[in-house]
Amino acid sequence: MSSKVIQAMYTDDDVLMSAVKKVRQENHHIEEVYTPFPVHGLDKAMGLEPTRLAITAFMYGCVGLAVASTMMYYIMIVDWPQNIGGKPSFSFLENMPAFVPIMFEMTVFFAAHLMVITFYMRSKLWPFKEAENPDPRTTDDHFLMEVAVHGGNEDELTALLEATGATEIKVTEKKH
Amino acid sequence: MVLGMLLVVWSFASTPSTVEEMKAQEASHGHGGHGEKASHDDGKTAHHGDQKTDAHATDAHAAEAGHHDSAKHDEHKLTQLKNKPWAAIYIAAFFFMMISLGVLAFYAIQRAAQAGWSPVLFRVMEGITAYIIPGTISIIILLILCLPSLHLNHLFHWMDPDLVTPGHDHFDKLTYGKKGWLNPTGFIIRAVIYSSIWIAYRVISRKLSLRQDESSDNSNFKKNFRLAAVFLVLFLISESMMSWDWIMSFDHHWFSTLFGWYVFASMFVSGITVIALVTIYLKSKGLLPYVNDSHLHDLAKFMFGVSIFWTYLWFSQFMLIWYSNIPEEVTYFITRIEDYNLPFFGMIALNLIFPLLILMNSDYKRLNWIIVIAGVVILFGHYIDVFNMVMPATVGTHWSLGMPEIGGVLFFLGLFIFVVFTTLTKAPLLAKRNPFIEESKQFHY
Repeated sequence: MSSKVIQAMYTDDDVLMSAVKKVRQENHHIEEVYTPFPVHGLDKAMGLEPTRLAITAFMYGCVGLAVASTMMYYIMIVDWPQNIGGKPSFSFLENMPAFVPIMFEMTVFFAAHLMVITFYMRSKLWPFKEAENPDPRTTDDHFLMEVAVHGGNEDELTALLEATGATEIKVTEKKH
Repeated sequence: MVLGMLLVVWSFASTPSTVEEMKAQEASHGHGGHGEKASHDDGKTAHHGDQKTDAHATDAHAAEAGHHDSAKHDEHKLTQLKNKPWAAIYIAAFFFMMISLGVLAFYAIQRAAQAGWSPVLFRVMEGITAYIIPGTISIIILLILCLPSLHLNHLFHWMDPDLVTPGHDHFDKLTYGKKGWLNPTGFIIRAVIYSSIWIAYRVISRKLSLRQDESSDNSNFKKNFRLAAVFLVLFLISESMMSWDWIMSFDHHWFSTLFGWYVFASMFVSGITVIALVTIYLKSKGLLPYVNDSHLHDLAKFMFGVSIFWTYLWFSQFMLIWYSNIPEEVTYFITRIEDYNLPFFGMIALNLIFPLLILMNSDYKRLNWIIVIAGVVILFGHYIDVFNMVMPATVGTHWSLGMPEIGGVLFFLGLFIFVVFTTLTKAPLLAKRNPFIEESKQFHY
């Protein structure tokens, strides 16, 4: 399936922000915005839903904590109790302070790595994937807004985008 | 301005009421004590200094009537009980001084970093740091009252001259070795030096900040920036030494190398919490129109982050000592776990688990009532933290959260509120000529 989109180039993030707000006011659907760096407030201006990555991070952290606790319990208490520095070696609770750094590290490890993997999966990124970026200049100093074209509103949209300060406007077929 | 005046009247009203409470509390103790005084005259009243300690001592003694252990043990217990109201007042005085000092450090960091988000809160911070002057003065007065020559109390046990007299029954080699640092003269001189550094920065910085409002260029702002950088260096040194002197020397055989940081984390998080609470209060009165959710959100992030930082330091200190299990070090935690189990572990729930869970959600950091609840819990938790640092070495097992503690807190709370809100009325609440004020007004996340 392919659809027609208008790609408008901007050279300044403030101009882009006001353009996004204007286009949304006119009830056009913004497919995507490509920027060379994160623009603060752009997600809100585009009306994107807040990310749920934070919730997954919390859950992954809990998994990490549970894994670390179980692991330390099995290794140090059940499987091979050792007398280190005269510490009671048969009680998890009384040995717990020594395990806290491991629990903490595993919590962070699980949260961080699984969150990155989730992010890759959610944004459909994997090694050797062909870039979706329509114009290499958006990785340098240009901003690109992609607006969907429906039926006969192409000219109207072009005029609107020009009025918002776009430096280049291009209509293309987008492959999916 | 009218609202500001109301605040002053309100804070005036709050101070006397707490003082009265203090009086009432002391009177009741005195009464209870005198009732029993006649029946007990076994020489233990020899240590009585002024009337106040006298009342407490006899009261304490009365409470222990019927328990006749060895005379030495009684003597020891009596000393500890006599210390109790002093320790309670000391904790409260230190706690509020510490809040003010934490805010001063936070303020200096904002100045030195030339932060863009916070200038709308500068006047609030300056108001809170005004308490550094009465706060440190009351601490120094308490320290002077602790001097052994006055015989009022035995808060700082190392001050006992017997410990450092070679050949004496109570001669203590370890304390003798530390004599170069731990001696009453140097102690008071150092206290005055620390306080002067903090008060000097606070007074000069406030003056420059007010002058900036009226000036036509940014020279005052730049001076304040340089001053903040110098102060932060001096602050870290003086704060660290202060924590050895004013807290760690209670346990004069014990030492911890990260104690200064640990106390700093505690004061920093309490200070930031108080900034947030005062800001919410003033905003609810409509006095801070430029402070928005995002400013509070940032303060709440600091509360969250520094709470974790505090726990990190607390645990680092605890785990190393627990693991190595060296007798002279580990006694510190053994007394706390055996005799102070509830406050010691309860503090972790209050200072880590509760703020961690409640402030983790991004949206909750913008809700005033959540911040207020978290703030009150954090402040209580850090009061308990100071309590745990001071009480075990001064009153031993005879701790409680009773009238002396509540009275002390209320007294210094009243003084704190009075000083802070009086200062807040003295200057416009917006630092209007700060070069970053526009950025701060527009700040949003």
